[in-house]
Amino acid sequence: MTSLPGQRAPVSKVTAVVAPIVLGAALIALWQLLVRAFHIHDTIVPAPSDIWHQLTEEHTLIFDTTRKTGWNALQGLVIGTVVGIVGALLAHGVRVLREMAAPIVVAVSVMPIVALGPVLYGLFGGMTDTARIVVAGIAVAIPVYLNTLRGLQQVRAVHRDLMLAYSSTPWQRTWAVTLPTATPYLFTGLRIGSSLAVISALITEYFGGPSDGLGFTINNEAKSGAFALAWAAVVGSIVLGLIFYIVTYAVERWFARHR
Amino acid sequence: MTAVALSGVERIFRTGKGRQVVALEAIDLTVGEGEFVSLIGPSGCGKSTLLRQIADLDSPTSGTVSVFGKTARQARLDHDYGIAFQQAGLLPWRTVAANISLPLQLHGVEKATAAARVEQLLEMVGLSDFAKSFPDQLSGGMQQRVAIARALAEQPKLLLMDEPFGALDEITRERMQSELVRICQESGAAVVFVTHSIPEAVFLSDRVVVMSPRPGRIVGIVSTTPVAGVERGEAYRDDESFFHGVQEVRHLLHSGHATDGPRGEGAR
Ligand SMILES: Nc1ncnc2c1ncn2[C@@H]1O[C@H](COP(=O)(O)OP(=O)(O)O)[C@@H](O)[C@H]1O
Ligand SMILES: [Mg+2]
Repeated sequence: MTSLPGQRAPVSKVTAVVAPIVLGAALIALWQLLVRAFHIHDTIVPAPSDIWHQLTEEHTLIFDTTRKTGWNALQGLVIGTVVGIVGALLAHGVRVLREMAAPIVVAVSVMPIVALGPVLYGLFGGMTDTARIVVAGIAVAIPVYLNTLRGLQQVRAVHRDLMLAYSSTPWQRTWAVTLPTATPYLFTGLRIGSSLAVISALITEYFGGPSDGLGFTINNEAKSGAFALAWAAVVGSIVLGLIFYIVTYAVERWFARHR
Repeated sequence: MTAVALSGVERIFRTGKGRQVVALEAIDLTVGEGEFVSLIGPSGCGKSTLLRQIADLDSPTSGTVSVFGKTARQARLDHDYGIAFQQAGLLPWRTVAANISLPLQLHGVEKATAAARVEQLLEMVGLSDFAKSFPDQLSGGMQQRVAIARALAEQPKLLLMDEPFGALDEITRERMQSELVRICQESGAAVVFVTHSIPEAVFLSDRVVVMSPRPGRIVGIVSTTPVAGVERGEAYRDDESFFHGVQEVRHLLHSGHATDGPRGEGAR
């Protein structure tokens, strides 16, 4: 194959997948080497082999806490998405609502939502997961609302003219043009929200609630000196975050495939 | 009966701070049934604005527009015209077939009937193999053909086209022109066709309406029907009468404000 000067050969799929894995493995190996070579105590940072040991030893605990946090995050994601979409549709349809909501949305979006954690435990009680789900839901609703609203406003002039020329009803315009135009934007919001859902559900566990979940485990084990186990829970949260991200990313790509 | 009749049409856009653009002024024009009329003029002279008055996508500041003897609005509500824009304006999330059947679907045409019609249209524009493709998988010329098929879906007696071939290369463009001539002859539809290509206007049209900018007015109308015995086919492009039409339109365009068609001699 010939290539013009200045034109880069496209990165092959194999390279794109293999390269980061090789880099990751190399970093972990280096980490292992440094910890062992300098006899670094595991209160500072445990060796990858110790973390791996805890992951296999305590895999039931890690799996259960990951599932617990994941379930809270998922409920928050679903609720937040529904709220965000309905809100965006209302705001798009009713101008007054959009203008009324704007300052509130700005205020909520700059507020660190997990800070609501302690207050919400007070409101819903510390024995339930409600506060965790609500925090995740709020965190998701904001980007879904903003992106969906933006998407609803992206209808191209030529499409608007076309639908007018067909003397279509407002309802026909909505399903035939407005909603499909907004869909990829909605899923961009959902992708952003999915990461926030995991982070929010997890961090809210730091502030109270039932004694389970990744955030609680990390906090609890670190306090009691079981650092390798705390790190194993960190690994669980990374995996959980990746799952949420990859799934929503794939959905987003699917809906944006014909643009 | 006339397909389109405009009388004393004026369109003034208010652009804020008391400023205004006179996009159209004193437009009188009739288009007969089955007649092909092109609007030509430099960009900004109001061609699109004029077409939008006929389509009832915009309303004149004063004057009247009637389409098949009704108001433009009633004609739009009755789906009396098909329309194609410079941008194909296809819905990217729909397949080619679903794009063409959009007007049929919106107007409650039965599914089987619509499917048969779409098949027919696909064949007409030579895209039968692409029914299930998405617009982003087609070239610009193919997308434009889909848009034309969509405009023809309901067999309108009036076709409104705003520079539909503007984005195409010369070769594709000439082929599309020939196809359009064939389609119009088959369907017998009247056409109002916006272009800024003189040969295109002359090749396609029975009459070419020459416009001038600021304010957008009609400078003159050139009759470009081929002389008896000459077909509107590829041979016409090399015919004396074609050259004559091109020349006449060009002189009118360049004279800018002549009110009756110069016949060559007196123009310079
Ligand atoms: N919606 C609008 N608002 C303000 N001015 C407009 C609008 N549409 C068109 N115009 C003005 O009207 C004139 C004619 O525009 P247009 O009909 O698009 O010209 P053409 O199609 O011949 O290039 C231009 O000066 C343009 O700026
Ligand atoms: Mg134009």
